[in-house]
Amino acid sequence: MTPTRFRNPLSKYRIRIGDTCDNCGECVTLCPYGIFRKGARRPKAAGDHLCPGPSCEKEPFCCIKRCHARAISMLPNPSFEMLGDSRWTADLLVSSWYMAETGKLPYQGLNYKTGASGGGFDKIRFVYPRRNGSPLRPTDVSCAVDLNRSGDRRPLLRIPLPLYLGGMSFGSVSIVSMLSRVRAATALGTFCCTGEGGYPEELKPYDDHVITQVATGLFGVREETIKRVSIVEFKYAQGAKPGLGGHLLGDKVTPRVASMREVVAGSALFSPFPFHSVYSVEDHKKHVDWIKEINPRALVSVKVSTPTDVDMVAVGSYFAGAHIIQLDGSYGGTGAAPDIAKKNIAMPIEYAVPKVHKFLKEEGIRDKVTIVASGGIRTPHDMAKIIALGADAVCIGTADLVALECLRCHHCESGRGCARGIATTDDELTGLMNVEWGTQRIINLYLAWRAHLAGVLARLGMASVSELVGRTDVLVHMDYTKPEEIDGELD
Amino acid sequence: MPVKYHIKTQPVPSRFQPVIRSGVIAWEEGCLRCVRCVKKECVYKVYEKQALDPREMLDSLDSLCKDCFRCVQNCPNRLIEKGFNPSWKALGDEYWTPEILSNLWFQAETGRIPVSGAGYGGLFAGPGFDAMWTDMSEIVRPTRDGIHGREYISTTVHLGRKVKALRFEKGNGAVPASIPPLVELPLPAIFDLLPFAPPGRLVTRAILAASRLVKTLAVVRASEWGEDYEPYLSAVLLYLDRTGPPIDGLLGNMRMVEIPDGRDALSLQTALKARNPGLVVAIRVGLGEDSAVRAADLTLGGAEVIHFVADYHGFDGGMFVKDRMRQVHLHLVDKGIRDLVTLIGSGGVAMAEHMAKLIICGADAVALDIPLLIAMECRLCKRCTEGIQCPVELDRVNPEWGSARIRNLVAGWHNQLLEVLGAMGMREVRRLRGEMGRAMFYEDLEKEFAALGKRG
Repeated sequence: MTPTRFRNPLSKYRIRIGDTCDNCGECVTLCPYGIFRKGARRPKAAGDHLCPGPSCEKEPFCCIKRCHARAISMLPNPSFEMLGDSRWTADLLVSSWYMAETGKLPYQGLNYKTGASGGGFDKIRFVYPRRNGSPLRPTDVSCAVDLNRSGDRRPLLRIPLPLYLGGMSFGSVSIVSMLSRVRAATALGTFCCTGEGGYPEELKPYDDHVITQVATGLFGVREETIKRVSIVEFKYAQGAKPGLGGHLLGDKVTPRVASMREVVAGSALFSPFPFHSVYSVEDHKKHVDWIKEINPRALVSVKVSTPTDVDMVAVGSYFAGAHIIQLDGSYGGTGAAPDIAKKNIAMPIEYAVPKVHKFLKEEGIRDKVTIVASGGIRTPHDMAKIIALGADAVCIGTADLVALECLRCHHCESGRGCARGIATTDDELTGLMNVEWGTQRIINLYLAWRAHLAGVLARLGMASVSELVGRTDVLVHMDYTKPEEIDGELD
Repeated sequence: MPVKYHIKTQPVPSRFQPVIRSGVIAWEEGCLRCVRCVKKECVYKVYEKQALDPREMLDSLDSLCKDCFRCVQNCPNRLIEKGFNPSWKALGDEYWTPEILSNLWFQAETGRIPVSGAGYGGLFAGPGFDAMWTDMSEIVRPTRDGIHGREYISTTVHLGRKVKALRFEKGNGAVPASIPPLVELPLPAIFDLLPFAPPGRLVTRAILAASRLVKTLAVVRASEWGEDYEPYLSAVLLYLDRTGPPIDGLLGNMRMVEIPDGRDALSLQTALKARNPGLVVAIRVGLGEDSAVRAADLTLGGAEVIHFVADYHGFDGGMFVKDRMRQVHLHLVDKGIRDLVTLIGSGGVAMAEHMAKLIICGADAVALDIPLLIAMECRLCKRCTEGIQCPVELDRVNPEWGSARIRNLVAGWHNQLLEVLGAMGMREVRRLRGEMGRAMFYEDLEKEFAALGKRG
């Protein structure tokens, strides 16, 4: 259990204990969710984020009904509606926090599967077949994925769940956030990318689970860091700001960040766009060959965004020798970006993945390359959907930050940085979080994600996540489907 | 390197406190008077900077708060809450949303483009301009114009009739004297007539002053002409809703005028050009079902510039402005006459991306209306249309202040246009026009989703 760092958890409902309470303590023993704690004058409802809400009323242990002094009341939390936005709704935030706290899927009547953006993931549903003879149990299901499918002599790099953690540079996030993510990736047996801010020494013990990024700014890229890792990622573009290079605003370039990147402290960093050494697939191949030469055991991943010709980009990347093609959709990302770029440039990931999957299949190379989808994948349900649309695995960034109690105020870029101590380089704010807590929160979140994915696969009757790849027939889009056409259970 | 078009900005504070999205609700009752109160620990020092605006009796607390929720989460007696500001939610209308208003206010005040972290938080898609995405280039598209940075990207457009080829005069081989005049603008936007505004002439004067600052043109009604507009003559695009003195006297000094569409529009154009051959004449046409045909007729008849106008929600009765402009553009392309004429599109252009998108859909330039008002703090309450006092006193606006706000907004839009062009690997905005292949449309992309649920 890794509860909130702050005194009051943000919850959908709030429990109040009124003046009539005689401190009999019955609620403390009754409530199976552990909402109440003993107090000197009256119990404290310290865990009201664990309350299942109005649905509890039919339970025999419902505190409101059973309190003989009628002192307990439940109200909607007035601040709840202020949380989140249409992509990351308050429900999604609060349920992610619950998963990060407990490692379990939420029960509180929170929608942890879809947001309210009115399209894409939020309108796509699974259709589960009606009960068949030999149902699979979630424990029988394999969620493992091999990242190297090329058939070359390099390692397969099997990850036990189809996700790894995306690049967030040192500088954009604190060293504590960075270490928490890398350590969680290590514990989960997957990978975490450094982003383009260099490779802090603190990550050295976790080298085998680090992806190091070579991006247009080439900040902190050295032969030695390329040799250390088992995956090297070329970042050609990023969904946070397709068509633009990375930004790190001046205030966040502290002396430590500056020395890591070999730049001057206090001045804003704008990485160029595009790679000025790459104007063709041939140029790109030269890049990939260069990495493969320097590190003979590394896999090469190519991170691209989603232009109209994303399918051509993918094919080109494959023929240049990439093992992994990461498609970064335009609605995701964590870094500072002009709002115009976030919303308008390049397409959302839900469109790009099926396009690329189909095209690579037609070219006969789909099973030789790993497609990793990222950019706007918020929930385990999104993850399952994007795999059904044609991805092999996903890459996650924002959800990790939410696990660390990011509430998406969108002010990571300003002044001293994140007020909640996640995306900051300010010493005092960095101190708001410790590495053990952060690591466990992220591990918990993804264990819950894995459990959900296993549940989806079991209900679809699939023994392995690889069976789900490209199975668009198990999905429907609510705008184009009439209820009477659905044969099965909608989720 | 030639001098680059660059708009110098400077912060221009609001006169009134902007209506903001949320408020802090801090109860006093039940306060434990902790020694280390959460209010003192605010990262943004909101509570320390807190002050009462004597003019509006509003607390500055809300506008400084950045929604980190730390005080909400740390107050031992849970006395602090955050809540939506109902008057923010009530701003504008379905098209001119509170988000758009806040975004434009920010740009007009700071001259900066909105930048934020943590990805996109809005709707997946929407009607109108939200149903398309612009392209970007990477790896396989070597079309980026060399390795030049954004300082080399041009946003210049030319308004006027274009000739397809130069034909030299017979005999002496001289360049013909009859090359039609062009108006060169450093950015693909002019300022349009306002669909509504508080009474008085100060709003127009602010717009004219801004138009001069950013070197574009502002459409002004001839029927409202007065001496007070004369200092801005170089920035005026006169809309000839009347003629005769003193208007006729001005025509000799004008670069461009606009005339209403009508049966004799083209003959009026000829008459005006006889008087001043250097004049570029635009024909203002209400956008509608027959726009494509009308555009072709006018172009074949010799029109130089056609300004298509939708309503301020971007509708023309049947279609959204971007879809109709696509129709018009493609019709002219089919007829092989698209490059002869300049198209200006207006109505519903609310954000910088709308400018880029309407150009992709076939406009050479756009015309801005409501954003000019919003730059001057307009809240789109539309009270002025009912003759009620403007809550931000736009009827008494100082033209200098107003023009600086509009300048800031236009600078922001110009910068954002550069971002879009840079991402697409384009070196000038003229190449963006009609480049629908470098955009993605909702109705095309959704076909993928319509096919879900089927085997194979």
